[in-house]
Amino acid sequence: MTQHTGHAVSVRGLRKQYGSFAAVDGVDFEIVRGETFALLGPNGAGKSTTIEILEGYRDRTSGEVSVLGVDPQKGGLAWKARLGIVLQDSGESGNVTVREQLSHFAALYPNPRGVEETIAAVGLEAKAGTLIRRLSGGQRRRVDVALGMIGRPELLFLDEPTTGFDPQARRQFWSVIRSLKDDGTTILLTTHYLDEAAQLSDRVGIIAGGTLLDIGTVDQIGGADARVPVVRWLEHGVLHEERTTEPGRLTHELVARLGEPEGLEVIRPSLEDVYLQLVGSHEVLA
Amino acid sequence: MSRTLALGARRIGYEIRAYFRQGDAVFFGFLFPIVMLTIFAVAFSEAEFGRDADGNVVSAAVFYLPAMLAAGVLLSGLQNMALDIATEKSDGTLKRLAGSPLPVISYFMGKIGQVLVSGILQAILLLVIAAVAFGVDLPDSPERWLTFVWVFLLGIATSAILGIGLSGIPRSGKSASAVIIPIVLVLQFISGVYLQFSMLPDWLQNVASVFPLKWMAQGMRSAFLPDELKVLEQGETWNLPGIAIVLAIWLIVGLVLARLSFRWIRKDS
Ligand SMILES: Nc1ncnc2c1ncn2[C@@H]1O[C@H](COP(=O)(O)OP(=O)(O)OP(=O)(O)O)[C@@H](O)[C@H]1O
Ligand SMILES: [Mg+2]
Repeated sequence: MTQHTGHAVSVRGLRKQYGSFAAVDGVDFEIVRGETFALLGPNGAGKSTTIEILEGYRDRTSGEVSVLGVDPQKGGLAWKARLGIVLQDSGESGNVTVREQLSHFAALYPNPRGVEETIAAVGLEAKAGTLIRRLSGGQRRRVDVALGMIGRPELLFLDEPTTGFDPQARRQFWSVIRSLKDDGTTILLTTHYLDEAAQLSDRVGIIAGGTLLDIGTVDQIGGADARVPVVRWLEHGVLHEERTTEPGRLTHELVARLGEPEGLEVIRPSLEDVYLQLVGSHEVLA
Repeated sequence: MSRTLALGARRIGYEIRAYFRQGDAVFFGFLFPIVMLTIFAVAFSEAEFGRDADGNVVSAAVFYLPAMLAAGVLLSGLQNMALDIATEKSDGTLKRLAGSPLPVISYFMGKIGQVLVSGILQAILLLVIAAVAFGVDLPDSPERWLTFVWVFLLGIATSAILGIGLSGIPRSGKSASAVIIPIVLVLQFISGVYLQFSMLPDWLQNVASVFPLKWMAQGMRSAFLPDELKVLEQGETWNLPGIAIVLAIWLIVGLVLARLSFRWIRKDS
């Protein structure tokens, strides 16, 4: 049927120019069906621009894009019915209740999720009858997420979905995303919470200045070098740090030399460390 | 198509509910003509606006009822529609809808349905208040009611469609009222809503005749004022065919304008 049956999203040489400024400058990636892919990058990196091009909101300057086998610039209603969209910001006046809004949007889709079930999934049971404009910021954001999933989308776009979520809501959101994933939903996520990306994604792409710096699974991105653990300890009150592929052996030597070393830590670089390193070196080059 | 209609019907219910929950719009669009009728009826309670065949005085309430019905049609239709869509464009409502499988036609069915329902309620309220509070004798001939009904329906359809066309002019929701309200206000002043049309200089009457409100007000006068007062109209006639033609032309202009200018979102803004 389509040439990218295995790919929910495929992007080649994507560019988006605003005047002479290239917000997205030659980006390539693919998202396999059922995969959760996170696009990470500093403010202004081009994440929202990329996502909104995929959603059909913005027209690209050049490059090839296919979303569920369709060019987003030509996507019709049937195509939109297969997508779920959570925009980075959406601020309607909200003169309807949470339940009214969800039932209304549910009616737009051919095979929607249950309204009460969706309200429960985002933890808004107690607020189901409240006007959306009377909700707190984080609660409104949860309505956005609920609206994104109400249509049982094949592909769900989440642009910084958990902004304003309290820690508990964030964890609840993670479990919702995992269950969507178990149902086979493909997810494209952006977030500034690197632990969130590490928790949820199969693969991540790191973007800065409109170009992809690296792309790979959470535990491979940045390459083997970026993954080398760091051993830290105090020696005569002075902090020492050493990167080594054999932290066990180093620790053993330290114990032999110093007895029980003070302040001993073995740190495996987190996604956040790798990210900061990649983005930092990009800024040095730029 | 049946899906479009079914969703349109759902939109109507949704829009009406949301409309009556927003206090300020309800006041300015919905209650304003009623407040104005009350002010005119009280302020000019001693004045005389003409006499009918039996020599009875035409009171301020009688005289201003058709004017306020026409103003209501314009406010409920054009102003409400233009401001509403401009606001929804800038606050993200339309962006969300654009990403959903809602057909554009269903969206407009919802808007027009909401305008129609609020316009009808407003007209009923005006008529009831005029009759009960200010003792206005409402027409007893079916022809007059028929005139009222078609002028109302054609007027509100034209206003609503023009409102959709105008909603694209303001660049943001914040500037929308600054752009739309002066248009509506000026039209009301030159079209015989607040000022007696017959008192305006000929050239201004001719300018007003280009726009639909003058004709809506004239149609309403033909339905509610004694026939003797038609001598005050241009050409000393109610000119019902003229009203129908001008409103129909504006309806078509509005449809073309709306078709050409409406976008869910400004791409790349
Ligand atoms: N409509 C526009 N006109 C001009 N420049 C734009 C427009 N939209 C985005 N840009 C620019 O493109 C760049 C990328 O913006 P984008 O919104 O994609 O960033 P982002 O990665 O989503 O950042 P954030 O993490 O802050 O959401 C920014 O420098 C921004 O100023
Ligand atoms: Mg963004």
